[in-house]
Amino acid sequence: MYLAAGRSGPPSTVQAAPERPARRTRVASTVLALGAVSLVTDISSEMVTAVLPLYFVLQLGLNPLQFGFLDGLYNGVSAVVRLAGGHLADRRQRHRLVAGAGYALSAVCKLGLLFAGGSTTALSATLAADRVGKGVRTAPRDAMISLSCAERDLGRAFGVHRAMDTTGALLGPLAAFALLWLAVDAYDVVFLVSFCFGLFGVVLLYAFVPAHPSPAAATSRPSDLRAALRLPAVPAFRRVLVAASLLGLMSVGDGFLYLVLQKRLDLDTVYFPLLPLGSAAVYLLLAVPVGRAADRLGRRIPYLWGHLGLLGVYLVLFSPVPGWPLTVLVLVLLGTYYAATDGVLMALGGPVVPEKQRAAGLALLQSGQAVGRLLASVLFGAAWTLWSMQAALALAAAGLTATLLLARFLLPAHPTESA
Amino acid sequence: MTPTLSPRARVGAVSLAAVVLATFAVVYTVRAADRGGPATGSSHVTLDNTPGLYVRTADGKVAALSKGGARETALSCRRFYASGTGAVCLTTKPGIPPRTQAIVLDRSLRPRRTVTFGGTPNRARVSPSGRMVSWTVFVTGDSYSGGSFSTRSGILDTRTGYLVKNVETLQLTLDGRRYAASDVNFWGITFARDDNRFYATVATRGRTYLVEGDFKAWTARALRENVECPSLSPDGTRVAYKKRVRDSGSDPWRLHVLDLKTLRDTELAETRSVDDQAAWLDDGTVAYALPGRARGSSDVWSVPADGTGEPVRRARDASSPSMNAGR
Repeated sequence: MYLAAGRSGPPSTVQAAPERPARRTRVASTVLALGAVSLVTDISSEMVTAVLPLYFVLQLGLNPLQFGFLDGLYNGVSAVVRLAGGHLADRRQRHRLVAGAGYALSAVCKLGLLFAGGSTTALSATLAADRVGKGVRTAPRDAMISLSCAERDLGRAFGVHRAMDTTGALLGPLAAFALLWLAVDAYDVVFLVSFCFGLFGVVLLYAFVPAHPSPAAATSRPSDLRAALRLPAVPAFRRVLVAASLLGLMSVGDGFLYLVLQKRLDLDTVYFPLLPLGSAAVYLLLAVPVGRAADRLGRRIPYLWGHLGLLGVYLVLFSPVPGWPLTVLVLVLLGTYYAATDGVLMALGGPVVPEKQRAAGLALLQSGQAVGRLLASVLFGAAWTLWSMQAALALAAAGLTATLLLARFLLPAHPTESA
Repeated sequence: MTPTLSPRARVGAVSLAAVVLATFAVVYTVRAADRGGPATGSSHVTLDNTPGLYVRTADGKVAALSKGGARETALSCRRFYASGTGAVCLTTKPGIPPRTQAIVLDRSLRPRRTVTFGGTPNRARVSPSGRMVSWTVFVTGDSYSGGSFSTRSGILDTRTGYLVKNVETLQLTLDGRRYAASDVNFWGITFARDDNRFYATVATRGRTYLVEGDFKAWTARALRENVECPSLSPDGTRVAYKKRVRDSGSDPWRLHVLDLKTLRDTELAETRSVDDQAAWLDDGTVAYALPGRARGSSDVWSVPADGTGEPVRRARDASSPSMNAGR
């Protein structure tokens, strides 16, 4: 069908095109719009995440350990779904439609929680559907960001998007706690307000994000599955994919690092929910400056240096730094690591993937990194149990150092300055 | 393809959506807030003047089931247990971040001391004398993967005021050897008559153990495997507990009673899966909560402790049973 439209392009995409050269110094409106969608959606999802344990145990009287197990299972499913979502978006060049479907599914799941009640089956199904929604939307969204602005501005674009996204992640739990304070035990209020935010995110997406992020993409031939699967054969992409997956394999999950922190400080349980908010605040502050620096220096540099932040976390947890300084150091280093690697990896990998396979390529990168991180936590846990906390940390630090040296050679020096 | 709206029309449509959704959310929240939290009333029911089975009702109130029917106290608790000279009430306090409180009460159900910590209330116990108070909470963000949970247990000695917020520092002996690991979790502490010896569950590497603890020496040693949420009988000779009988996620537990001297197990007549710390009503009967018919509800049942007889429903829409023998 699109072939019949020929090179003239559908009229709906014309209006976005003339703005681009003139606005080069500013962040593309599509990026801001996607940032707003992510902000609102993250408020929606994080407010539910924050209260789910309380809801399961106190309101429904469920056994939370089983839900912990299910949660891990769903995270595995999410990687597979992400690849499918990426390819689907590429095939018809309908990134907005696929992302929108993912956002909408997750929004509806908030109502599902409301109606699932105490039924374990219904709750599991709702949570699984929510994960599917999240998996489906991520790659098309990042593809839209990377297609909506000039290559040289990619770092900043992702920085702006991730800063807005993290703002939502910060506000979500606070909003949920505030609602439960206003209306005691009213978990239905949390789910309903979360649904409203989720739905508003979908409205924002359809109102302000163009259907086709790149006018060229709208008219190009559809991508097929074989081409997407052959992506790792492209040398530049393969190098980024291997480096990201290997570094993921050396990246111990936050949950574990907070656990080490708690063990060392015997932190009061009241403050547990605040730890992720601390590193999110640092991420939020640094995302844009780091993104700009990435555009100037080349994305390889912040991406590699960002991992030094993670290495720093391993080392300070190992060191005799006491109490509050240790907590602050860990949160700052962890936030810096995320700011310098999360969006930057997309800016690093985006340009080496052909436009019409952008979503599938980014999905591969994200999944490679995610699977690596999952394995990293399993290995770290095994090392801790077999030997000791110190040994596990030392091992992780040594592994990360070696992988960083390897990644320095693997990553192309200027992958984005091909033009 | 959808027809493209002008920028002004799009802003208008989004604003309209925002106003509609915000109004909906605000109205719903305000109405929910009006539903009212636990009203703090007063009640003449105390442990002294009302003996009987105490439970937590569907609306979170603690009530005594005596011969004259159910009589509510003024307390709103997530978990409640009364024994000897006092009681404990676990409550949640909303806020940023939310907190949990263990309120230690005297026999008039007046607060004596309050301990504040994080987590989600799960188990609460008072020793037979009333001196030792213990509790367990679920804690998030404290585990291998982001979404899972672990437990934290605390003990308060109400005579000396000595408080242990996290019992994980106990010197643990497993299979005859000193044991330390990152994933050790304690839950369901139950004290003996001497206010020093106690029993609890320890979980590590996917296994659960019954441990016998010594409060003064601060040690604990494993007695046997696959014992969760122990509850010591009034005569101190047996432990009622939930045993994992199925590995699958559904209906994993069955109530058992373990003789501490012979370490012999008795399967109780209750065949349904019980996820609760049982409470002894007397030396021959244990009570526990089971999910009820309505969603999120539970009923209190009891069953003979020697494996005979059959379960009897003691109260509808109730949980957290404990026996107040009176004085």
